[in-house]
Amino acid sequence: MTLVPDAIRSLSWRILLIVAALGGFGLVVLYSAASGSIRPWALSQGVRFAMFLVMAVILSRIPERTWKAAAFPAYGVMLTMLLAVELLGAVSGGSRRWLDLGIIRLQPSELMKLTIVLAVARFYDLLPAGELRGVHALWPPALAIGFPVALVLLQPDLGTATMIAAGGIVVVFLAGVPLRLFAGAGAVLAAALPIVWATMHDYQKKRVLIFLDPESDPLGAGYHITQSKIAIGSGGIFGKGFLNGTQSHLDYLPEGHTDFVFATMAEEWGLIGGILIIGAFLLVTRWGMRVAARAPTRFGRLTAAGLTTTIFFYAAINLMMVMGLAPVVGIPLPLVSFGGTAMMTVLICLGILMSIERDGWRRRSFA
Amino acid sequence: MKLDRLLGKRSVSEAQARFAFDRRSFVLGGAQLSIGALLAGRMAYLSIFENARYALLAESNRVNLSLIPPRRGWIVDRAGKPLALNRTVFRVDVIPDRLKERKATLDELQQLLGLTADERDRIERDIDKAAGFQPVQVAEKLDWQRYAALSIRAPDLPGVQPAQGFARYYPDGAAVGHLIGYVGAASAEDYAKSKDPLLIAPGYKIGKEALEKTMEPVLKGKPGARRSEVTARGKLVRDLATRPDVPGNTIRLTIDRDLQDYAARRMGDNSGAITVIDLATGGLAAMVSMPAYDPNSFSDGIGRREYAALTSDDHLPLVNKTLHALYPPGSTTKPSSALALLEAGIDPDETVFCGGAMRVGSAIFHCDKRHGSLALAGAVVHSCDIYFYTMGLKYGANALAGMFRKLGLGAVHPLPLQPQRFGTVPDPQWIERKHKRAWAAYDTVNMSIGQGYMLANPLQLAVMAARLATGHGLEPHLMGPPRPGAPLGVNPAHVEFVRQAMGNVVNGGGTAAAARLPIPGVQMAGKTGTAQVRRITLSERAGGVRSNATLPWKQRDHAHFIGFAPVESPRYAFSVLVEHGGFGAAAAAPIARDTMTFLFAPDQAMKSLTALEQGWGGDLATRMAAKAASYKTTPDPAPAPDTGAPSDVPAPPDLAPEVTAAR
Repeated sequence: MTLVPDAIRSLSWRILLIVAALGGFGLVVLYSAASGSIRPWALSQGVRFAMFLVMAVILSRIPERTWKAAAFPAYGVMLTMLLAVELLGAVSGGSRRWLDLGIIRLQPSELMKLTIVLAVARFYDLLPAGELRGVHALWPPALAIGFPVALVLLQPDLGTATMIAAGGIVVVFLAGVPLRLFAGAGAVLAAALPIVWATMHDYQKKRVLIFLDPESDPLGAGYHITQSKIAIGSGGIFGKGFLNGTQSHLDYLPEGHTDFVFATMAEEWGLIGGILIIGAFLLVTRWGMRVAARAPTRFGRLTAAGLTTTIFFYAAINLMMVMGLAPVVGIPLPLVSFGGTAMMTVLICLGILMSIERDGWRRRSFA
Repeated sequence: MKLDRLLGKRSVSEAQARFAFDRRSFVLGGAQLSIGALLAGRMAYLSIFENARYALLAESNRVNLSLIPPRRGWIVDRAGKPLALNRTVFRVDVIPDRLKERKATLDELQQLLGLTADERDRIERDIDKAAGFQPVQVAEKLDWQRYAALSIRAPDLPGVQPAQGFARYYPDGAAVGHLIGYVGAASAEDYAKSKDPLLIAPGYKIGKEALEKTMEPVLKGKPGARRSEVTARGKLVRDLATRPDVPGNTIRLTIDRDLQDYAARRMGDNSGAITVIDLATGGLAAMVSMPAYDPNSFSDGIGRREYAALTSDDHLPLVNKTLHALYPPGSTTKPSSALALLEAGIDPDETVFCGGAMRVGSAIFHCDKRHGSLALAGAVVHSCDIYFYTMGLKYGANALAGMFRKLGLGAVHPLPLQPQRFGTVPDPQWIERKHKRAWAAYDTVNMSIGQGYMLANPLQLAVMAARLATGHGLEPHLMGPPRPGAPLGVNPAHVEFVRQAMGNVVNGGGTAAAARLPIPGVQMAGKTGTAQVRRITLSERAGGVRSNATLPWKQRDHAHFIGFAPVESPRYAFSVLVEHGGFGAAAAAPIARDTMTFLFAPDQAMKSLTALEQGWGGDLATRMAAKAASYKTTPDPAPAPDTGAPSDVPAPPDLAPEVTAAR
């Protein structure tokens, strides 16, 4: 009936447009961060972004049941790889995060962020509703979350461990586990804080302390937060203009193309640019939560909500960090920061989300 | 299952689980939205309410405001020849706060720049004392090769700053040391007091001593500023604006540089002072105190050994003997006493018989010779003590003291140099106030020959000579308009009498024939003085007074000579002091003669100086270098105090008021 083939028409065009806009804006910011040059960042990031976007579209054609079937095996593979990283991973910046597979350098902890969501969702999918309030509804996910978190903490990578734990716990929460357990777990966690503090590395402790009082060490470790706030605050409402940011171009802002890319953007685009990015992420989140709400299966619902929250966590933790609301934990701003790993994770999440969305459409059209 | 009951297990249906999901995902969505709102709010807060503050911070990041230290004003002599000037230098500083590995960095610097252990030691001490952000000079006056080598390495040595700047230079070195002083980096206390950022600018120096210190406000100038855009690593992107510095003002002194230099050299290895006053203006043509430190070594940051060498020298090179040391003026006061007596109405032809000694009360006062019968002029020419004892007693202490004060003894001369000591002209009121006893006859006797409580600094003696020569109350000064002074209110005939008598001291068979000028047609007037620094006991006097040559240096008499030239129309007046020099006519008069000769026949004076210096082992600079070298080989001395003002001054000589002699 129409000229546009069905395969194309059935894509989630709205969300793809939002994501493309975010990624495209990211490229503009990276172009400026390199002082008005597509090298070294914007070009390679653009190529990568296009590749991953195509990959997400392809992933969206995979039916939900395939994800369901792959959930546990994928978790097993990722856990094994995390162990492998611990044993023979490449040390980079004082921590083991990478697994060098010859062709690519893989960061299993990154993929674990979404695998944990699939695995826990799959577990509650299998669990009969009658068992939901029993103790058997709790300990397997607790172990499933606990192992990878412990391994990632050993790397050490506090930010990623937090995100893995948060992604899994959100699924547990949504599955309908009694609230009082959550309160209890929260209490245990609070009680465990001093122990966590004691086992933290010095640089991690320092980051937390400096987060609490960044001006205490403006030239040392508090430098990142201080300079980031200066970049954002000095941008004002409309920003200093494209290519006019001094904080980024004169190197006052560290990591201006990776973790602190939002500050680079905000300096030149001001509050307007900031609201656009925050708004875009909220739109993605709202879309994801709607996908979850409309998903016909329990696995689909939990997975969609979990993956959406993972994307949201990415953006929220990064933005809180650059605006001085959270310690510096080294989490990039997905789709905008230079770097492939986070982009890949987020676009896989989107692919799975779109696949769940398609599944819903199909079932509803059959009904 | 007990635990299940504990958890409140109830059977849950699929529909209930679905309902729980809907409810909880709504809560989750709400939480996400609130976090989103929080982020947007934070963003708005930073970019709207805190915008001004952060915009300022971003600007202060971007723009580096660096002070351009002002070039210091020159100090020139009366003909405009420089006594203190600035030279462009290549220098290296370290910022202690930014040093990553202090020892390794200093090792590397030492190797690159070829620093000696003494210099390394000085740098270490300066770093310990510095306020952290305050640059510490490593080396100044680097040659281009070393500077270039260091500039290449500097990016790898955090805290090391190569720079170009100006350094103070004193062409005459030690000859102007006590007069000009020196400059040095401001101390942490200086900075704490004024908070002037200029004080911690690299290479900026403030006056630390003498004229450099007191004339600081004039010499200082105004700093310029350079606004430049810099990267976080301090790399310059571009200059935004530059305001040039305003150099300090040049100070023109009344000093004659060549005379100053000559006088300093003519002192040889003696410890002493030469002061020359230009009688037309009252300006000081030379003010030399020797031995002296080389201000260039202080301005470069002095090494510990070099400083120890200065402090341990018994000739006290850190003390300005012209202003800060007091001596009994001895017989140099006889012309003044003569003028006092004339004004008091003495008959200049009245004679006194000198038998070599006289009794006053229970004590016996001696003369160095039996002069026989003498009138006033003869008493001055031959320096007869007995005459002045007798006449002093006859006319009274107040007549003498009044004239001494009129001629400038005990007076404060407001020269811009610190510290100064002004000595004493005793009188009956003073002795009651100070020593709680009545004035005795022997006090008058002592005062009549410039001994006893009489103390004066060499400047005052030069002023006394100048006032005797002109009869005017000229004020000594170093800069500014001439101050020849008003007539002293003394009968000009009396002044002429004294002038003639002083001329005869040198030219008329008097005590100072050695001071006769070797220039035809120019005659000099003068008066010797020998101030005893030890008590001559009765037993020693009985067995014959020991000659100065057989005494240790410290116990020998101080030699004075004051005078003016030419006799008929005086142009210059002077005082010469040679500490522990022995007999005034022997030690001080030849120095005075040569210094005066230099003013009227410089070539002739230079010739005799060159001959003398050959005998001493080279000129001043050569001898000082040799001395410094000998100290560098001595073992490490105790830590030197802050290289500030010399603190020790010679104690006034211990004098026996009852038994004194003067010649």
